[in-house]
Amino acid sequence: MKYIYMLAAFAIPKFLEGPGELNVTGPKIITSFQIGSVTINFTETIILEWIVMAVILGLCIFLTRDLRVRAVSKRQVIAEMAVEAITNLVRDTMGKRWLWFTPYIATVFCFSVFGSLLSLFGLRAVTSDFSVLLSWAAVTFVMITVTKIRYNGLGGYLKGFADPIPVMLPINILSEVSTPAAMALRHFGNIAGGGIITALVYYGLANLSRMIGLQVPILTVGLPAVLSLYFDLFADFMQAFIFIMLTMVFISNAGPADDEPEPESEPGPEEISENAA
Amino acid sequence: MDMSEAIVLAGSAIGAGLAMIAGIGPGIGEGYAVGKACEAIARQPEASGAVTRTMFVGCAVAESTGIYGLIIALLLIFLKPFT
Repeated sequence: MKYIYMLAAFAIPKFLEGPGELNVTGPKIITSFQIGSVTINFTETIILEWIVMAVILGLCIFLTRDLRVRAVSKRQVIAEMAVEAITNLVRDTMGKRWLWFTPYIATVFCFSVFGSLLSLFGLRAVTSDFSVLLSWAAVTFVMITVTKIRYNGLGGYLKGFADPIPVMLPINILSEVSTPAAMALRHFGNIAGGGIITALVYYGLANLSRMIGLQVPILTVGLPAVLSLYFDLFADFMQAFIFIMLTMVFISNAGPADDEPEPESEPGPEEISENAA
Repeated sequence: MDMSEAIVLAGSAIGAGLAMIAGIGPGIGEGYAVGKACEAIARQPEASGAVTRTMFVGCAVAESTGIYGLIIALLLIFLKPFT
C-alpha cells in the first residue's frame, strides 16, 4: 500500500503538469567510441536490449526449473505449451525438414514481443530503433542466401539472378535486396509510427484541455489508453508474428519443397463444404 | 524565419500530407482481403484458424506500402531533412 502512495505521489504531479515540448528523436546516445574513422554510438537501445535479454533468460530459467515427467507443475505446463505452439507453427509453415529452425524463430519472436512491450513501462521500445530491425532482417537475408546456395550450389544461385532471361538481372537483384529492407521497414514503421501517433494524440489532448481552460489536463484520460491497447499490445504481437512468419516463408521457399506429404486421414474440408453447399 | 525556410517547411508539410495518400491503397486492399476471409470462414468455419493466419500475414504485407508512406510523412514532419 505504501508503494502505491509513493507511486501516486510521483505520478500525479507529472500528470498535472502535462507533456512538455513534443520532440521526436532517435534513441539517446550515451557515449560514443571512435574506432579508426568509424564512430560507434553506445545508445539507450543497447542497454534496453540487454535488459530484454536478461528478462527472457530469467523467464526461461524460471519456467524450465526442475522439469518432471509426472506431477508436472503449472510452470512446466506453461513452458510445454509455449514450446509446443511454436513447434507446431514451424511445422505447419515450413514443413518437417525445417524443424531445427524452431529455436531461432522462438528467439526472434520473444525478443520482438518483449522488446516492443517495453513501451508499456514508459521505456523506449527496442523495436522502434531501425538498426535493430535491420540487423534481424540481415540475419534472415543471410539465412535465405545460405539456404539457396546450399540447395542450388553457388553456380545455381548466381544463375538464379538471370532467371528467366538475363535482362531481368537488375530486377532480380532489387527484389533480393528489398526483401529484408521491406521486412525491417514494416516492423519499424508499425512500432515507431504507433509510438509517435500515441505521443501526438496525448500532446494534442493535453493542449486541447488547456485551451478550453481546464487546469488539469483531464481529457488525456481515456483515449490514449485505448490507442495504447492497439499500438502497444495488438501491434506488438502482430508484428512479431508477421516477422517470424515472413522469415519462415522466405527461408523455406529458398529450399526445395518438402517432398514427404503429411499423413491426412480425415476427409478434406473441401468435400464437406461441397456437400453442405 | 526567413522566406526560403518558410517555403521549405510549407513544402515539407504538404509533402507529408501527400505521402499519406498512400494509405488509400492498403485500406482498400486490406478491406477486400478481410471481406474475403469472412466469406471463407462463413463457408468453412473449421478452417478459420488457417484463414485468419493467412489473412493477417497478407494484410501485413499489403500494409507495408502504407507504412512506407507513414515513415516518409513522419520524416518530413519531425526530422525536416530539407531545412
